[in-house]
Amino acid sequence: MKILAFIESQDGDVKKTGLEIASYSRAIADAKGYELVGVGFNINNTRILESFGVDKFYNIETKEDNFFNVESYSDSISQLIEKEKASIIVVSSSADGRYLGPILSVKVNSAYISNVVGLPTKYDPIQVKCSCFTNKAYNENKSLKDRVILSLSSNSFGLKEQNKTCEYLKGTYISSTKSLKVTEVDRLKGEVTIADADIVVSGGRGLKGPENWNLIEDLADVLGAATACSKPVSDMGWRPHSEHVGQTGKPVASNLYIAVGVSGAIQHLAGINSSKVKVVINNDPEAPFFKAADYGIVGDAFEIVPKLTEKLKARKL
Amino acid sequence: MNILVCISCVPDTTSKINFKEGNSSFDSEGVQFVINPNDEFGLTRAIWLQQKSGAKVTVVTVGDESCDPILRKCLAIGADQALRVNIQAKDGFQVASVLSTICKDKNYDLIITGRESIDYNGGMVGGILATLCEMPYLANCIHLEIDGNKVDLQREIDGGKESLKASLPVIIGAQKGLVEEKDLIIPNMRGIMQARQKPLEVISPNEIKPATEILTFKKPDEKGPVKLVDSDNIDELIKLLENEAKVL
Repeated sequence: MKILAFIESQDGDVKKTGLEIASYSRAIADAKGYELVGVGFNINNTRILESFGVDKFYNIETKEDNFFNVESYSDSISQLIEKEKASIIVVSSSADGRYLGPILSVKVNSAYISNVVGLPTKYDPIQVKCSCFTNKAYNENKSLKDRVILSLSSNSFGLKEQNKTCEYLKGTYISSTKSLKVTEVDRLKGEVTIADADIVVSGGRGLKGPENWNLIEDLADVLGAATACSKPVSDMGWRPHSEHVGQTGKPVASNLYIAVGVSGAIQHLAGINSSKVKVVINNDPEAPFFKAADYGIVGDAFEIVPKLTEKLKARKL
Repeated sequence: MNILVCISCVPDTTSKINFKEGNSSFDSEGVQFVINPNDEFGLTRAIWLQQKSGAKVTVVTVGDESCDPILRKCLAIGADQALRVNIQAKDGFQVASVLSTICKDKNYDLIITGRESIDYNGGMVGGILATLCEMPYLANCIHLEIDGNKVDLQREIDGGKESLKASLPVIIGAQKGLVEEKDLIIPNMRGIMQARQKPLEVISPNEIKPATEILTFKKPDEKGPVKLVDSDNIDELIKLLENEAKVL
């Protein structure tokens, strides 16, 4: 039996989430004695995958362009799933992973389970723990089909190295005939995204205006963190809504989440619940965020944050 | 142009989440249900198309009669007619499958779902529905302009956005950005009165099996109290993050 992992890349390099998917799939492969087959598109540094437990890897060259084409990608992957007779397929919770998973599930006649936060608790049929109600709760979800696609929540398993002798193969790209075509990708270069970040620094209304965002950006810079914001901040147009974290925005599952001047509305707290360590800086000791945080400082962000940034900078040197 | 907007009834975002019957089902006691926020962004965009080009907007939900007030609200916002598929679906696959039987019968030019519902966060209905109907699907849709048969679209991706072109018919997963929060339509008295006269049709679907089953629910463990650090002692915070939390 086989497990197939969809390994995502960016500009030819395997993304961190791709290595997490490989690590997680390896753990299932070990538990069940399965072979782990990986598949990715236009990857240059494929050798890294043998350090994360991949037994066999199909690299598919897309030829026409580098854009993520969900139909072509899912057709190409589904052909490999059938060829390898994979019964478990693992994708990430990135924008692309969550886009691909449901479409692929129809093509390979499988169940689809998203927001997976742990290894299967049972097999045959598979049962896994998932988050729901935007991290306000968890559930045990059971597949009712013989084949299942799991979408693993980012940073819920982590990276685990394991050396394998990996067989590298070329996969075939199947070009879709559907009308949807990507014409342009506009991605911030060199910036850490909320989805990939180990650390996220987030600002709320307490920062008083977009002109003060250098406080957040400077702190994020020194930590190599992504920047985020609360809903009111994105609603008022201080920050783009791609930075909005919460129930109707993005979920955050970073190792460290630092909230500056965010009061901590229930919807915001739900969105960041999967983050492992939460720090709050707020001048209102009654702010609900203090109930959800691990560490907190009551005080003026305009004084504390620059000091924190300076000290972290000094520590780095 | 015919537009179908798929609506999910979900607990209001401020709801406290509780479970009953040995943590096997959601406790709706005292919970206020609302239009799923992502669906509401999509509905608003559909109403704009109706106002601009006379598109006919149908809303549909899968659920029992407790969803009717939400459908009436959609009609008050401006939808022309409502459908309710009368089953208690077990998962997103079942919802998408029953919706696909409706979509295959009627030729919708544009089908709008939400990016995900804020209760189960499955994020699968749009993609599964589109694939069952052999239509193209765009997830996380933040821009939609239609010119004749041509569609310009944008998808929010991690760290940016992607621009796309398609031709009708197409299915999108709406989210904030497609319209803004301030654009959402609050029904006025005239809309509410008209909504009572608009058709709300109840359909009994053929039996379709779900693909997954939720066995139990669990709330997150209670977390310990916050450790407060004095604002003059930032070094202490750094030390804690480094040595205790081990995140630096």
